[in-house]
Amino acid sequence: MTKLRELAHSRAGDKGNISNISVIAYDAENYPLLLEQVTSARVKALFAGVVEGDVVRYELPNIAALNFVMSGALGGGVTRSLALDAHGKSLSSALLDLDIDDTPQQ
Amino acid sequence: MRTIRIGSGAGYSGDRIEPAVELAEKGDLQYLVFECLGERTVALAQQARMKNPDSGYDPLLEERMRAVLPLCAARGIKVVTNMGAANPVAAARRTAEIAKSLGLSSLRIAAVVGDDVLDACKDGDLPIMEFDGTIKQLGNRLLSANAYLGAEPIAQALTSGADIVITGRASDPALFLAPMIHAFGWAMDDWNLLGQGTVAGHLLECAGQITGGYFADPGYKDVADLARLGFPIGEVGEDGSLVITKVAGSGGAVTAQTCKEQLLYEVHDPKRYLQPDVVADFSEVKVAEIGPDRVRVSGGRGTRRTDTLKVSVGYVDSFIGEGQISYAGPGALARGSLELEIVRERLKLTGVVTSELRFELVGVESLHGPQVSAQANEPYEVRVRVAGRTENLREAVRIGNEVETLYTNGPAAGGGAWKSARDVVAVASVLLPRDLAKPQIQFVGA
Repeated sequence: MTKLRELAHSRAGDKGNISNISVIAYDAENYPLLLEQVTSARVKALFAGVVEGDVVRYELPNIAALNFVMSGALGGGVTRSLALDAHGKSLSSALLDLDIDDTPQQ
Repeated sequence: MRTIRIGSGAGYSGDRIEPAVELAEKGDLQYLVFECLGERTVALAQQARMKNPDSGYDPLLEERMRAVLPLCAARGIKVVTNMGAANPVAAARRTAEIAKSLGLSSLRIAAVVGDDVLDACKDGDLPIMEFDGTIKQLGNRLLSANAYLGAEPIAQALTSGADIVITGRASDPALFLAPMIHAFGWAMDDWNLLGQGTVAGHLLECAGQITGGYFADPGYKDVADLARLGFPIGEVGEDGSLVITKVAGSGGAVTAQTCKEQLLYEVHDPKRYLQPDVVADFSEVKVAEIGPDRVRVSGGRGTRRTDTLKVSVGYVDSFIGEGQISYAGPGALARGSLELEIVRERLKLTGVVTSELRFELVGVESLHGPQVSAQANEPYEVRVRVAGRTENLREAVRIGNEVETLYTNGPAAGGGAWKSARDVVAVASVLLPRDLAKPQIQFVGA
């Protein structure tokens, strides 16, 4: 078992009430592991209580990256949010704490 | 093959000044772009302009222009910026005065106007994208409506001989795409070139975010010399080829990793990055390190632009009241939690009317909520934060007061109370048929 942080880096961006978080494999060899385990369902579950809407995952195999687009994630929108981090810039750090099972397949 | 070098001198309104000076001095640039206009800034600038018709442009315009104009004029570097905010013409006039005072009266300065589409939008029933409702329903809370203009009018201004082009609301990548269209004569329906040019603009628009800013994570992603972070340069060929780099010896780093993070920054569907000039497709982009601080980015494509322009609508949303206070040492968490309970009860007892409230412990769970933060250990200190949305300022003030009064009425040893109450100008979006926005270029005499 390891943490996503060991395998990937990440950046959060904001538009209105939507947050997007990229997850980029340090080593493209680990991209299949990310595809398999960093699912939109897991991301949605992780951010329960923060993200009110859907989580959609886009895949970018050329750069071994995933892009998660989370609706209703920014307290009603960056420009009106009551949150301390209205942009949700810190959300990527929570995602990198996700557990990843990296035991080699038999 | 012809190549141009475009520097990115600012990634937001308050950004550092000296990296742009370094770019102008040592970047061997033909163009220097300053992206300084956040989502809400135009609405706030519009409020300023209503009070004073000569204002409404970026507050750092003067400082930035004074810092770079002598260098840019000496080297023939053209400047493109959205520092015009709600008043590009006033910004251009002010820039002309600054140029004159620096002995640079020959600089030709153009403003791009026409992004202000308030009149075209005001009485329409254009639906708001973020919530149920129309512009009309915002009534007298409506402050501003500005369309994201594309690269075409900016490129035309450059082709007409402008040394400095000042816009209001324009798409951020378009500020960079315009010099490419001007320099290479790209056709406005060459969707793949415009798509790749948009990749370049998108990567450059946040300045330090691609040279190592918003990136460092000690032990995982180390970045040298962030205090002297260099801002990026895009080397763009007339076939759309792109290398991202920075001034040699400046702080930070341009790597495949920094480029990938910025490529996806604020992107939703990577196949459909909607821009005024093109629907850019980032899904086939490739990133390759070709030398120290030199990264080649290729494979951006595009499809036909849409028939609408995104319009940013500024409106008076609500008021926010807030209070904070700190507790430390043994039992800090318990006292902070007790304080939240007291404020929660006080707001009820005293009948403060709110539509939304947040009670949180900064340093414990304020950023991601109690569920995500559950495994954290007890901290040495906590800061209590209560924030609430109200309909008027009077109610908003009462929220901070209920935190502050815990100095003498709350748990033991609370310190550093702070409070605020403010109105909230928020931004929503609508889509406007593109022919209703009529961009124009206005040259300003020095």
